[in-house]
Amino acid sequence: MSTIAEKQAVLIEEFEFFDEWMDKYNHIIEMGKAMPVLDAVDKNDDLLVQGCQSKVWLKAEKKGENVRFFADADAIIAKGIVAMLIDVFDNQPSLEVAAADLSFLERIGLKDHLSPTRANGLMSMIKQMKFYALAFSSAN
Amino acid sequence: MSYDVHAIRKEFPILHQQIHGRPLVYLDNAATAHKPLAVIQAITDFYTKDNANVHRGVHTLSQRSTDAMEAVRTAVCAHINAREVAEIIFTRGITDSINTVAFGMGALLQPHQNVVITALEHHSNIVPWQMLCERTGAALRYIPMNDKGELDLSTLEVLVDENTAMVAFNHISNALGTINPVKTILSRAKAVGAWTLVDGAQSGPHALVDVQDWDVDFFTLSSHKMYGPTGLGVLYGKRERLELLPPYQGGGEMIATVTMEKSTYADIPHKFEAGTPHIEGIIGFGAALDYINTVGVDAIAAHEAALLDYATTTLSTIDGFRIIGTAENKASVISFLVEGTHPYDLGVLLDQQGVAVRTGQHCTQPIMDQFCIAGTARASFAMYNTFEEIDLFKAALERAVTMLR
Repeated sequence: MSTIAEKQAVLIEEFEFFDEWMDKYNHIIEMGKAMPVLDAVDKNDDLLVQGCQSKVWLKAEKKGENVRFFADADAIIAKGIVAMLIDVFDNQPSLEVAAADLSFLERIGLKDHLSPTRANGLMSMIKQMKFYALAFSSAN
Repeated sequence: MSYDVHAIRKEFPILHQQIHGRPLVYLDNAATAHKPLAVIQAITDFYTKDNANVHRGVHTLSQRSTDAMEAVRTAVCAHINAREVAEIIFTRGITDSINTVAFGMGALLQPHQNVVITALEHHSNIVPWQMLCERTGAALRYIPMNDKGELDLSTLEVLVDENTAMVAFNHISNALGTINPVKTILSRAKAVGAWTLVDGAQSGPHALVDVQDWDVDFFTLSSHKMYGPTGLGVLYGKRERLELLPPYQGGGEMIATVTMEKSTYADIPHKFEAGTPHIEGIIGFGAALDYINTVGVDAIAAHEAALLDYATTTLSTIDGFRIIGTAENKASVISFLVEGTHPYDLGVLLDQQGVAVRTGQHCTQPIMDQFCIAGTARASFAMYNTFEEIDLFKAALERAVTMLR
């Protein structure tokens, strides 16, 4: 099982392959398409991430020391971005998720690339995931 | 002389740049239009040569600034054929214009009265009336629209009744492009003695309006949508209406006399122009009006109609392309969805290819709710757009759709 740092390193390597943002977006979109969808019942307002321009639903489950994440979005780029975050964080120890530094977002250039509104949406997703992880780790 | 769009484009320096390595194709004109050199130069000249505060100094620069600003008021008066220059008020924008009227009517409205707006309005022509009705206990009514985005006028006689104090609606819908039957609505309003306000945010750059021919009580324009500076709007009002309205803001410029106990207000238009006005904006707007009139509003409208026709036909060949708002009488706005894609995703991928469109609800949440959609992507055309740009837009859209499906 790869660690959070190892998962990020893989993503950085994948994105280094693309020069153009259209290709990077294509990769993000493919990750979004590949992510399993949430059940309709889970796409409710309680699971909506506040602060995203499009609708993003995030569900978390405690699995022992670890945290599982599931997500969906109505727009595919947002879904691809949350899929990347899930790739890094899913089934990792809650304590490590809560404390993780997500330097890959800067390394692949996503943070600089997004408009302020979208960057806020990204920060909201991360905040929400860490919030779940923190809650689960203190419940251990 | 035929319409020389390439000569026009030369007057707009901002258009000549690359976005993400592609030539900019700017199709977000309903949000704001770009500024010709004449406007940029007028602002530069003002600060280089004439800058001073207006209406109060005896010195030469103040006189020049005042003259320049008042010349624009006269030009606006002529542009919309108002009866007198004093009926032209400079505001911060259309939102400010509508709030000025809605606030002032708070002193006049009775609880048994009602205000009628339409299902096609921008939030700026909804919320001020909601606030007015909450304050006064009056009812707010909506003229509904059909699935094409046209107003359902069969309801007009019922909705606009003898208790209607105000009928406020836009000339052209920003979200769908629908051109509303202004005279029909105004005529019903007048028959019951209601006041009327037409929001000209989208008509200003595309159509000539004669406020006396319409016999409308209030009409609003936005400078920045008419190739002028941001932060400036116009409120036209008939003198007899404006005189009944109490001012919305107090301060300098709007008073006749001030004592610590009581102030008396200046005559119109100054009563509604508290504080130092947006002098640079007004002068820039004057240059924009001159520019529009030199090119010719009718010539611009004809060019935009041709662009709209071409874009509607060519984009409709894209599989799953759906236009929201298909009114018979429509301005150069295409609000659209493409099956299997989200408008936000389209907006991002179009931007990556240099194409600027608007995505979202366009400040018209009730319209989106009626169509049961979260939002649309919107392309809107202006005097400087070309048929080649529509081809570039179409190619970029096709590439985006292929990636997203």
